[in-house]
Amino acid sequence: MASVSDTGRGDLLLEVRNLQVHFYLFEGVVQAVNDVSFDVHRGRTLGIIGESGSGKSVSAQSVMGIVPSPPAKQLAGEIVLHRATPDGGTETLDLGRMDPRGPEYRDVRGGEIGMIFQEPMTSFSPLHSIGDQIGEAILLHIPDSTPQTARERTEDLLRRVGIPRPDRAVDAFPHQLSGGMRQRAMIAMALSCDPALLIADEPTTALDVTIEAQILELIQELQQDLNMAIIYISHDLAVVGGVADEVMVMYLGLVMEHADAETIFDDPLHPYTRALWQSIPKIDGPLEELVPISGNIPNPFAVHRGCPFYARCTERIQGVCDESPPPVLEPRPGHTVRCFLYVDDVGSDANGAMGD
Amino acid sequence: MSDAMQTTSGSNGVPAGELLEVEGLSKYFPITKGFLRRVVGFTKAVHDVSFNLANGETLGVVGESGCGKTTLGRTILRLYEMTAGSVRINLDEGRLDVGNLTPEERKLFRRRAQMIFQDPFASLNPRMNILETVGEPLLVNGVAKGTELEQRVARIIELVGLRVEHLRRYPHSFSGGQRQRIGIARALVVNPRLVVADEPVSALDVSIQAQILNLLQELQGEFHLTYMFVSHDMSVIRYICDRIAVMYAGRLVELGPKDELLDRPRHPYTALLLAAVPRTAKGSRGKRLVTAGEPPDPSNLPTGCVFQERCAHVQDICREEDPPRVSMSDRHFAACHFAKDLNLDGITVAPVTLSA
Repeated sequence: MASVSDTGRGDLLLEVRNLQVHFYLFEGVVQAVNDVSFDVHRGRTLGIIGESGSGKSVSAQSVMGIVPSPPAKQLAGEIVLHRATPDGGTETLDLGRMDPRGPEYRDVRGGEIGMIFQEPMTSFSPLHSIGDQIGEAILLHIPDSTPQTARERTEDLLRRVGIPRPDRAVDAFPHQLSGGMRQRAMIAMALSCDPALLIADEPTTALDVTIEAQILELIQELQQDLNMAIIYISHDLAVVGGVADEVMVMYLGLVMEHADAETIFDDPLHPYTRALWQSIPKIDGPLEELVPISGNIPNPFAVHRGCPFYARCTERIQGVCDESPPPVLEPRPGHTVRCFLYVDDVGSDANGAMGD
Repeated sequence: MSDAMQTTSGSNGVPAGELLEVEGLSKYFPITKGFLRRVVGFTKAVHDVSFNLANGETLGVVGESGCGKTTLGRTILRLYEMTAGSVRINLDEGRLDVGNLTPEERKLFRRRAQMIFQDPFASLNPRMNILETVGEPLLVNGVAKGTELEQRVARIIELVGLRVEHLRRYPHSFSGGQRQRIGIARALVVNPRLVVADEPVSALDVSIQAQILNLLQELQGEFHLTYMFVSHDMSVIRYICDRIAVMYAGRLVELGPKDELLDRPRHPYTALLLAAVPRTAKGSRGKRLVTAGEPPDPSNLPTGCVFQERCAHVQDICREEDPPRVSMSDRHFAACHFAKDLNLDGITVAPVTLSA
């Protein structure tokens, strides 16, 4: 596969390179994802932090092959999945070049990659029992399964995610379960075919904090048992801080900063990451006055010549940041930031834009 | 830092004493069954809640979904008829018994007690421009009309951080944060004394939340407001409130000054709720306590303490007798048999289990 860099870790599962997804709508073009690159390793969690319109969900949906197209169009980028073959070897698939509706992709989706969504009430069909819906995935993806084995496996899964009386829950309909139990059932469905990668898109946002703690603990236990890779998407910095090994901060379709979780929270470099951290109320530490980020998130149709955060940035450099797109720099090994502040000689390099 | 946080009573212009006296307030919703809609039971959404609210203070009401916090706010504002108990409000114009208002008093109460809603997308009429939306309470209550109305609306619009040029625009042209400012302007235009804010920032993007929280604090000083701030988010409550009320299954289980309650909770549920919030400080980041269980069904509550099933300190007496209201001081109480005996951890102590 071209342009695949070796990260030195043998457990590489997914590589996303220079992904670009735009939405062509009646009102204009939304540059939902622009030049997004990341790696996902087995057994590790990548957290993606972003507000609405940041492209965090579209990035994940692109991996899953469920971005509605049209109106969306993947203009560039590679999504490379390294998967195990039955004979013990590995093969690489470029998901970005596969037909999202084709049988090959369908094999990956729900097979190698499972996904859990924010609102389990709208993700389950209200017309079918939990057991039928999980069983459907099993029958589709696991060879030689019969309705009987699918039901047994479903019960096993429900037990594993901590649903009491799984023999009864199998026949329950989504509305008969509480929000926390529905999210557990959703996780059971995502895990039904032992995925190598679990994409969790705001899986606990609709849940109460005590239930959220239970669900996150469950996800982490399952990750350890199955050596699963996780992409965890959330707007909640504190939650991501608790689950992620590395964190990517997105704003208007761009990755602003990417580093390991400790660094993102203790020593962030991008003004947006810093501002975000100062603007959220915290449960512990000294009670300091919040410093709001001024202004609003720009209109998604707006085209930015320079940095999309320019108008709200407290450290902006006029004539530089608003003139050309900021470069992606790596001031420290493994820590990338998309900002002019870290260019050695600011101003002279105004055209070294858009990464690679 | 901390002087900026001072929003407590006693500053000039705020009358001393209690604004609101709530006693034994209950709100039950009937459960009906069958074609004839026979009443077969009651959901005890709010049960026997008593507290006072001092002029100029901010009381945070916190709890998980279904705990009755929203119903409490709405019943106090008489958006719901109360089932039992009383609510009294002490206004400059006299003392009102909210459960028994004459038509004249009702008009006065509607002006002096206002509400800010959660979802700024659902709470504004898309067919009314800002002048009509914010001016409507003035018109309906017969406070102002014509040019006077426009002047008052213009003044409040500027105070909430919008521009007078926006007056003829419709809600769709505003972002979430701006719409919430419109909702705040509409609540404040009639000069209320009491404002019930029901999750006013939870639908907003992270970077916008701090703007609205700080705005609410500024306006409190400007208009000498008393807030009842309903939220599920303990970090937001910690930031904005003077005292905190914790609800569980329709009961008020603890109420006390912020620092006292956060540093040394007296009710086991308060401690559980605090421990479930992920920590943000270096060294304990992401740490939170995971406890099993979910809140009980409010239509089918156990005898004795409502928290008995999840409580780590449960004794026989908790399953037999309703817990008494144990006072720690004149402004701090907990509804627990062992409130004075238990030594519970607050937020100064990071939970010991679960981290990344």
